[in-house]
Amino acid sequence: MTTRPDVSLPAHHAPPRPRTAVAHSIALIGMDGQEVEVEAMISSGLPRTIMVGLPDTAVYEARDRCKAAVAATGLSWPATSLTINLTPASLPKAGSHHDLAIAAAVLAAAGTVPEPATRRMVLLGELGLDGRVRRVRGLLPAVLAARALGHRKVVVPRGQAAEASLVEGIEVRTVGTLADLVALLQGRPVLVGLEGEPAPAAVASTAGPDFADVVGQREARWAAEIAAAGGHHLMLSGPPGIGKTLIASRMPGLLPELEVPEALQVAAVASLLGEPVHSLDRRPPFAAPHHSCSVAAMVGGGARIARPGAVSRAHGGILFLDEAAEFSPIVLDALRTPLEAGEVLLARSHGEARYPSRFQLVLATNPCPCGNSGVPGRECRCSPTVVRRYRGRISGPLRDRIDITVRMTPPPSAYLALGAQLPPPEATEVIAARVVAARDRQRRRLRGTHWSTNSEVPGTYLRTRLPLPESTDLLDQAMMRGLLSNRGVERTLRIAWTLADLAGHDVPDQEDLKMALAFRRGDTHALPGSA
Amino acid sequence: MDVQQQQDRQALAHWGEDLAVEVLELAGMVVLERNWRCRAGEVDIIALEEDPDDGTVLVVCEVKTRVGRDFGDPLEAITPAKVARIRAVTTAYLAQRRVGAELIRFDAIGIVVTGDREPQLTHLRGIA
Repeated sequence: MTTRPDVSLPAHHAPPRPRTAVAHSIALIGMDGQEVEVEAMISSGLPRTIMVGLPDTAVYEARDRCKAAVAATGLSWPATSLTINLTPASLPKAGSHHDLAIAAAVLAAAGTVPEPATRRMVLLGELGLDGRVRRVRGLLPAVLAARALGHRKVVVPRGQAAEASLVEGIEVRTVGTLADLVALLQGRPVLVGLEGEPAPAAVASTAGPDFADVVGQREARWAAEIAAAGGHHLMLSGPPGIGKTLIASRMPGLLPELEVPEALQVAAVASLLGEPVHSLDRRPPFAAPHHSCSVAAMVGGGARIARPGAVSRAHGGILFLDEAAEFSPIVLDALRTPLEAGEVLLARSHGEARYPSRFQLVLATNPCPCGNSGVPGRECRCSPTVVRRYRGRISGPLRDRIDITVRMTPPPSAYLALGAQLPPPEATEVIAARVVAARDRQRRRLRGTHWSTNSEVPGTYLRTRLPLPESTDLLDQAMMRGLLSNRGVERTLRIAWTLADLAGHDVPDQEDLKMALAFRRGDTHALPGSA
Repeated sequence: MDVQQQQDRQALAHWGEDLAVEVLELAGMVVLERNWRCRAGEVDIIALEEDPDDGTVLVVCEVKTRVGRDFGDPLEAITPAKVARIRAVTTAYLAQRRVGAELIRFDAIGIVVTGDREPQLTHLRGIA
């Protein structure tokens, strides 16, 4: 094509054959990744770069980013007609992480790097105009997808080496600049430059706040323990300043460490949300959205492809709704499906995104707008209608999914004086040990089923496959008196099982049943021995 | 842009067009016009080529010369708008002159001048 004017030209020079090259990337739809083949074709014609294959704006702009990065690296962008195709064409591609694959495919088509090299790996990363490789959102799920698709090697931004290495069984190579990528593809050694990864901050395995700080509130502490042991949803109700938030924020400390696959899911959600992931954090997450939260922020949402919301951020851990009655009823009711299914399926114009949402719900609420209704020694200034309406804000269907309700009351004044003489409150560590033991009992009993905690066991299995307590008169009576629904009986039975597991009973006894009933109905003050 | 710069540019463009004419003639074409202009604009070179398959072809050629590649390839400057203008001028040319050509083809020649090396010339046939 390029000729010197001083040599004689053939009358017709044959047009050069088009050259093509392929590189691989991953398109994420929710947590699921699909393979994207980036094809680059160089053919004769006026210099222009065309991008086809359903790119979104960020992908479309990759053309200009790649071009600038290639120039900054001292290489040349083909001055011919260049077509970049992202296949499968019907799959929507979003985000900036296709840059590396696009640049590699173009350089391979231009003959700068050997073409077979780009076929053997998945390339993920965004390019800066100066040729630097920048971090991308959702790297972890993309690498997980690459492994699931059978790839053996993945190239990631150097700053995200730790995140990608969480995935076992796939070779991770890191690049800090486009020059590094070229070296890697040419089989030359990649120099780790100065922009090498900063040492990841030591992960604080130290737990959060401790239960030892919570003075009094025996029922609420106990309820938290039962909820943690059996995976039950919990509602704490009481006047302001009573310690609802104090207790809820300490609950993650009671939950056992996450299993590795689940911890990976939690990290994948964090990665999708653009949070830095340095190591596998096995502590259960804690999400506490403010009550002004929208439906999209709660369950996930957004245009084209929905992003994960608070329910997915709380996956494997606790979703705490402080001032639950202040949330919009629509937001609260949107919780019902994720609660039931353990995942959310969000359909938007560009595809259906599926996010995990197996969380434990903890609600804290005031009994009425002023907070004093039904609290001994305090005067409520709300009219009965207002109180009823306030309590109705948490709808029946949602309330029905809450196994344990605790009405917290201020400790008697004498109690404070006694405080100094009482034994110090139990620390998180002590309670967590009991929770772990109870979880072990559940796992052993439920071996061979899909469930591992009492809260997950369906009603029929509970009634027909597990031993019933020796006498269920208590439940029958409560049902006859209209205090419990059918579903209520099942839920009470579940709590009774958790109480039995905590106490080390093989089958719930009468005492377990009685307490379960009290927790279910929220009148723990009637319990013998309660403070 | 001062007068001196403008003159330099025109000189470079003219030098590039001379080179292009040389190359086209070497390729066996007969150059009919240089810098043919009308109300619609200007085209750099109009030539005739005898093609063994297509017969006589009227070749309308745009020439672009640049010093160095720092600001991109010279051919990048031939935009769709520019191509449209060349088409318009060609229409005007055909309306005025009787040309015994069976086909019309648009070509582009890009020339890069670098300090110490010989100029690099790229001839693209049939750009539009």
